[in-house]
Amino acid sequence: MTKILIQNGRIIDPANKIDAIGPLYIQEGKIRDILVNVANFQADQVIDAAEQIVCPGFIDLSIRLREPGYSHKGSILSETRAAASAGVTSLCLPPDTKPVIDTPTVLEFIKDKAEKAAYPQIHCIGALTQRLAGTELSAMFALKQAGCIAVSNASEPLMNLLILRRAMEYAGSHNLLLMYRANEASLSSNGCAHEGAMASRYGLPGIPEAAESIALAQCLELAELTGCRVHFCQISCKQSAIKIQQAKKYGLNITADVAIHQLHLTEDDITPFDSAYHVLPPFRSEIDRKYLQDGFANGTFDAISSDHQPHDLDAKLGAFPETESGIAAVETLLPLTLELTRKTIMSLPKAIASLTHKPATILGLNAGTLTPGFPADICIFNPETIWTVNPENWRSAGRNSPYWGKNLQGRVTCTIQAGKIIYQLNEKS
Amino acid sequence: MMRNIQLTEQGRLKHFLTIEGLDKNLLTEILDTAESFAGMSEHQVKKVPLLRGKTIINLFFESSTRTRTTFELAATRLSADVLNMNIATSATSKGESLLDTIRNLEAMHVDMFVVRHALSGAAHFIAQHTAPHISVINAGDGQHSHPTQAMLDMFTIRQLKKDFSKLKVAIVGDILHSRVARSQILALNTLGVAEVRVIAPKTLLPAQVKTMGVIDLHDLTEGLTDIDVIIMLRLQKERMNSAFLPSESEYFRCFGLTEAKLKQAKSDVIVMHPGPINRGVEIDSNVADGPHSVILQQVSNGIAVRMAIMSMTMKKQGAAE
Repeated sequence: MTKILIQNGRIIDPANKIDAIGPLYIQEGKIRDILVNVANFQADQVIDAAEQIVCPGFIDLSIRLREPGYSHKGSILSETRAAASAGVTSLCLPPDTKPVIDTPTVLEFIKDKAEKAAYPQIHCIGALTQRLAGTELSAMFALKQAGCIAVSNASEPLMNLLILRRAMEYAGSHNLLLMYRANEASLSSNGCAHEGAMASRYGLPGIPEAAESIALAQCLELAELTGCRVHFCQISCKQSAIKIQQAKKYGLNITADVAIHQLHLTEDDITPFDSAYHVLPPFRSEIDRKYLQDGFANGTFDAISSDHQPHDLDAKLGAFPETESGIAAVETLLPLTLELTRKTIMSLPKAIASLTHKPATILGLNAGTLTPGFPADICIFNPETIWTVNPENWRSAGRNSPYWGKNLQGRVTCTIQAGKIIYQLNEKS
Repeated sequence: MMRNIQLTEQGRLKHFLTIEGLDKNLLTEILDTAESFAGMSEHQVKKVPLLRGKTIINLFFESSTRTRTTFELAATRLSADVLNMNIATSATSKGESLLDTIRNLEAMHVDMFVVRHALSGAAHFIAQHTAPHISVINAGDGQHSHPTQAMLDMFTIRQLKKDFSKLKVAIVGDILHSRVARSQILALNTLGVAEVRVIAPKTLLPAQVKTMGVIDLHDLTEGLTDIDVIIMLRLQKERMNSAFLPSESEYFRCFGLTEAKLKQAKSDVIVMHPGPINRGVEIDSNVADGPHSVILQQVSNGIAVRMAIMSMTMKKQGAAE
C-alpha cells in the first residue's frame, strides 16, 4: 500500500488536543505518526499542505445516497463522490431506501455498490421496524450481524409508544444505538414550514416546534425506562435543546446532532415559495437558531451532520407545499461549518470535533482522530479558498441547495480514506 | 419579503400575484383605473378595445363559478379572446404536470394566464416559469393570496367610505385558511386604515397572526365595537370534521353576525362577504340581505377591478413592443 507523507500542514486533531504545524505519515492504510520526523520514511507520495489544515476525515451521521430505489435522484457512485469531495470519509445511510434496509440482503447490495464506487466506508443504519411501517420490529440482530451500525425509523412514524418502547428494549438488548428523528406526525401533519410569522403570512401549512419537542420528550422518558442508548437526529428548535440539555444533566445516555443548515438559516431567510428551502424539520425562528448555536457551547449538542438529501429537478418543481423536502448539503458542510468559526460561534477545533471525533464516539467507530495506529481517514482543506456553488464545482446529482449560485469560503483539497486518496481537488477547476 | 417578480424594472405591474410589495400609489392607481371602468356596465356598448387580439386563459385547477365568471366578463369587455380551462387535479398531482400544462398552453401564443390553484405559491411558481411576455394573474392560490378579491373589496370600501385613514375594519371567521383575509390585511394596511381586527377562535387564526399587522380578538361582540367595516369570511363545511370547531350552531352563536351584534358597530357600518354565503352559519339572513350589506355591490365591482388589473398588466407589454 502507498506510503504518504503530508507535510507543512496545520494538523488539528481535537481528540488529542493537537493543533500544530508538522508532518503526518501514512503507512499501510493507517496513521504511522504525526508531528515527529520519521527517519527513512520512503514516501510514495508527498502532499504539500502548506497554508492548509489537516484533520481527521469527516463522519457524517446522515447522508441519503438514493440507492437502492431512487436512482433518478442520485446513486451510490454520485453521492459518495460528492461526500469524498466534501472531506467525508465515513457516512451513515438512513434506512429509507427502496427496498428499506430491513434485511441483510439490502446491506449486501449496498456494500457491493460501495466497493464498486471505491468508497467502502458506508455505515448502514438498519430499519427499526419492518419496512419502516412502524408496527413490527425488524430483525435487528440479523441486521447488526450484517453490519448495521445503529437502528432508526428514519422519518417514518411509529404506530404508538408501545412499539417504540418494545423497539428500544429490543435494540438495547443487542446493544444497538437508536437514531431517533423526533416528530409527532399528528402535529406536523401536512405541514411544510415552521409555524411562525412566515407561514402565517404566506398561508403555508405550519409545523409547530412542539411536533418535535413532544416526540423528543416521550423518547427521553422511554430512554430512562428502557435504558436504550439514543441519538437524536437533526434537532431544530429551542424546546428540544432545553430538554436534551436537562436530560444530559440528569444523566441519560443520549447524544444529539444538528444539521448544518439549521445553524445558519431561519424562516426569515426563506425566499418566498423557493422550494430549495423546503426542508424537514423546517427552518425555524431566530430564537431557535440561537439555542441550536449555543447548544454547542454548553454541551447540549455533540455533532453536526449534513442531512444530505439530493433530489431530481422535478421533485423541487411546483408549488412549495407539493415539492419534496430536503437539501443536497454534503458539499456545503465544510464551508458552512467554517463560517460558524469565523462568526466565533464555535472554535475551529470544536467545529472539527463536531464533524469527526464526536460522531465517531456516538457511533462507536474506530475513527475520527489522527492517533497513530488509527485508520488514515484524513481531510485536507484550505480555509481561505472562495468557490462558487455551481455545476463545475458540484458532484452530487442533486442541485437542490439554498446556496446554489452563491460564494462560500473553505474548500477540501484532498480526502484520504483508509490510506487511499479518494479525492484531490484539480486546481484548474 | 416577496421578491418583486410582479413588477417591471420601471415599477409597472407585470403580474398580479399578491398585494405584498405593492405600494399605496399602485393600489390607488388600480382603484382609479377600476373607477373609470365601473360606469361601463350601464352603457349599451359594454366593450373597450384595450386587449383586442390578446388571448387570455382562465386556468382553474380548483373549481370556482363566480371568480371565473367575473374574470371572463372582464376579459370579454376588454375585447380579449378568452379560453376557460378547468383542470381537475388531485392533491397528489405532481409539480411537473403543472409545469407541463403551462408549457403546452404557452405554445398556443397566450398573453395571460388567470390562475387558481389549491396550493399556496402556485401562481408565483407559474409566473417564474412562464415565457417573459406572459402575464400571470392570481385568482387564488391555496391559503396564500387572492389579490383581485382584496382589491374589489378595497374598491367597494372606497366607494362607500371615501377615506381609508380613519377606518376600523374587522375581518371575522376562518382567517387561518383564508387567502382572501391575507390579501385584505395587506391591502388595508398598505392603504393606511386606522385598525384591522381579526376575530375568530384560536383554531382558525394563523399562529403568528399578530405579526401581520392586526389585533386578534376572540369575542365578536367586543370585536365589533366602533367598527366601520365588517368583512365576514365563509366557513368551509369541512372544518367541522377536523377538530377546528365543535359544531355549526356553536360557531354561529359565537361568531355568526346577527342584527343584535351588528348594533355594536358604528351606525353606518358596511357588511361585506367574499361569498358564497353560508346563511345561518357565519351570517344571519337578515344581515346578509339587510341595509348594511354591500355583498352584491362587491360582486359587480369585481368586473371593473379585474378589468383594471388585466389592462394594467398588459399595458407594460404594449409599451415594450
